[in-house]
Amino acid sequence: MSISEFFHMGGYAVYVWSSYGLAFVVMLAIFIKPVLTRKQIIRELRMKYRQQERQQQDNAQAEN
Amino acid sequence: MKLPAIVHKFSSPRNFYVMSGKLIPWFAWPCLILLVAGLYYGLIEAPADYQQGESYRIIFIHVPSAWMSMMIYMVMAIAGAIGLIWRIKMADIVASASAPIGAAFTFLALVTGSLWGKPMWGAWWVWDARLTSELILLFLYLGFIALQASIEDPRNAARAGAVLALVGVVNIPIIHYSVEWWSTLHQGATITKLDKPSIHISMLIPLLLMAVAFKLYYAASVLMRARSELLKREQNARWVREIVANES
Amino acid sequence: MDAKLSTAFWALLKRDLRLAYRHRNELLNPLFFFVLVVMLFPLGTSPEKELLMTMAPGVIWVAALLASMLSLDTLFRADFEDGTLEQITLSPHPLSVLVLAKIIAHWLVTGFPMILLAPLLAVFMYLPDEGIGVLMLTLAIGTPILSLIGAIGMGLTVGLRRGGMLLSLIVLPLYIPVLIFSANAVNTYLADLAIRGQIYFLMAVLVLAITLAPIATAAALRISLE
Repeated sequence: MSISEFFHMGGYAVYVWSSYGLAFVVMLAIFIKPVLTRKQIIRELRMKYRQQERQQQDNAQAEN
Repeated sequence: MKLPAIVHKFSSPRNFYVMSGKLIPWFAWPCLILLVAGLYYGLIEAPADYQQGESYRIIFIHVPSAWMSMMIYMVMAIAGAIGLIWRIKMADIVASASAPIGAAFTFLALVTGSLWGKPMWGAWWVWDARLTSELILLFLYLGFIALQASIEDPRNAARAGAVLALVGVVNIPIIHYSVEWWSTLHQGATITKLDKPSIHISMLIPLLLMAVAFKLYYAASVLMRARSELLKREQNARWVREIVANES
Repeated sequence: MDAKLSTAFWALLKRDLRLAYRHRNELLNPLFFFVLVVMLFPLGTSPEKELLMTMAPGVIWVAALLASMLSLDTLFRADFEDGTLEQITLSPHPLSVLVLAKIIAHWLVTGFPMILLAPLLAVFMYLPDEGIGVLMLTLAIGTPILSLIGAIGMGLTVGLRRGGMLLSLIVLPLYIPVLIFSANAVNTYLADLAIRGQIYFLMAVLVLAITLAPIATAAALRISLE
C-alpha cells in the first residue's frame, strides 16, 4: 500500500480522517486541561500562601 | 456496613494525591503504546472490509468510545454511591471528574457514528438504536454536569449528583431496551453493521487494543482531574502547602 | 404500615388535596398547556386528517410529558419555601412514605385530569374512536410514572434558584421509555395488533417507580434541605 493510497482511504478519506482527527483533538484537550488547571491552581495557591505569611508577619510586628 | 480502616487510610486526600501521582505514568505510557499499536493495526495492517471498504476503520474509534461512554457512567454512579454511603471525599471527586470525560466519549461516539453513517446510510443521522441511546446518554451526562454546576456547596453537589447518577443507572437498561425495541419496530432491517456478529480477527485485534488504550486513558485523565480538584479543595491543609512550596 | 404511619400518610394526602383545592386556579395551567401544545401541531404542519391521525398518539403523549413536567413545580416548591418540607423530614416516619403521599396527591390533581382531557385532544387530532380507550389506559399507567420520576428531579432542584430548565434536562431523558411504549401501544392497537406486551412493560416500570422513586426523592430532598 502506498502512502497516497493510505491517505485516500478508498475514497472515504474525509470521513475516516475527520473521525480520527476529532478523536485526537478531543482526547488531547481532555488530557491537557487538568495539566493547565493544576499549574494555575498552584500559582494561585502560592500567591495566597505568600499573602497569608505576610499578614502573619505584619501582625507579629504590630504586636511587638 | 463499615469499610475496613485501610480503605479510609488509602482514600485520605493526601495519600490519594501521592499514590495517584505515582500511578498516572503507569497508565499513561502503556496507553500511548497501545494507541500506537492499535492505530498501526487498525489503519495499516487490517484489510479493507469487503462491503464497507475503508470506511469501516471508523469503528476503531466509534466502538471503544461507545463502550467507554457506558463504562464511565457506571464508574460515576458507583463512585457516587460510595461517596454517598461511606462519605469518602475521593469517591465524590472521582465521580465529578469522570462526568466531562464520559460526556466527551459519548460525543465522540455520536460524531464518529454520524461520520460512519454518512457514506453507509447516505445521511448524517439515522435513528438507529445505538446512536439514539448514545444521544440520550449524552443528555444524562449533561444533566449530571449541569446539576453539579448549579449547586455551590461541593458536598451537596456531590451527593445530589450521586442520587441522579444512581437513578440514571437504574434507567439506562430500561431506556436502552425501549430504544432498541422502538428502532427494530420502525426500521426492521436497518444496517447495524457497526456491531457485526462475526468480526474477523484482524479487525478484532486493533479494536481490543484501542478499547484497552481508551480505558487506560480514562484512568490516567480521571486521576489527573481528581488531583487538581483535590489541591483546590484541600488548599488549607498543610500537605498542600508543602506540595506548592516544593513545586518549582 | 403501622397505625401511626398510616395516619400520617392519610393526613398528608388530605392536606395536600385541600391545599390544591384552595389553589385550584393554578391547577388549570398545566391542563391548558396540555391542550395548547397539542393544538400547535395541526397549526404547525397541516390539518390533513391522515397526517394528524398517524401523529396523534405521539403528539398527545409528548404534550402529556411536557405538561406533567411543568406541573412538578407545585409538588414541593411551596412547602420548601414556607418550611413545611423541613418539618416533614423531621417527623419520625420514613420520609419516603410521606413523599409518596405527596406524589399521589399531586398526581390526583394534575395527572388524573389529563386522562379526562385526553378524549378532547383525541378529537382534535382525529384519533379514531376505538383508540381513545387505549390512550386513556396508557395515560392512566404512564402519568403516575411521570409524577414519580419527576419527583426525583424536583427533589434535586427544589433548592436551586434557576431550577426550571435544569429540571427539564434531568427529567425528560428519563421519561423516554414511557413515551415510546405508551405512544406505540395506541398505534399498535389501531393497527389491530396485540398490545399486552406494551401494557405489561408500562406496569412493570410503574411498579419499579413506585418502589424506588420515593426513596430516591427522599434522599434528594434531604440533600436539598441541607
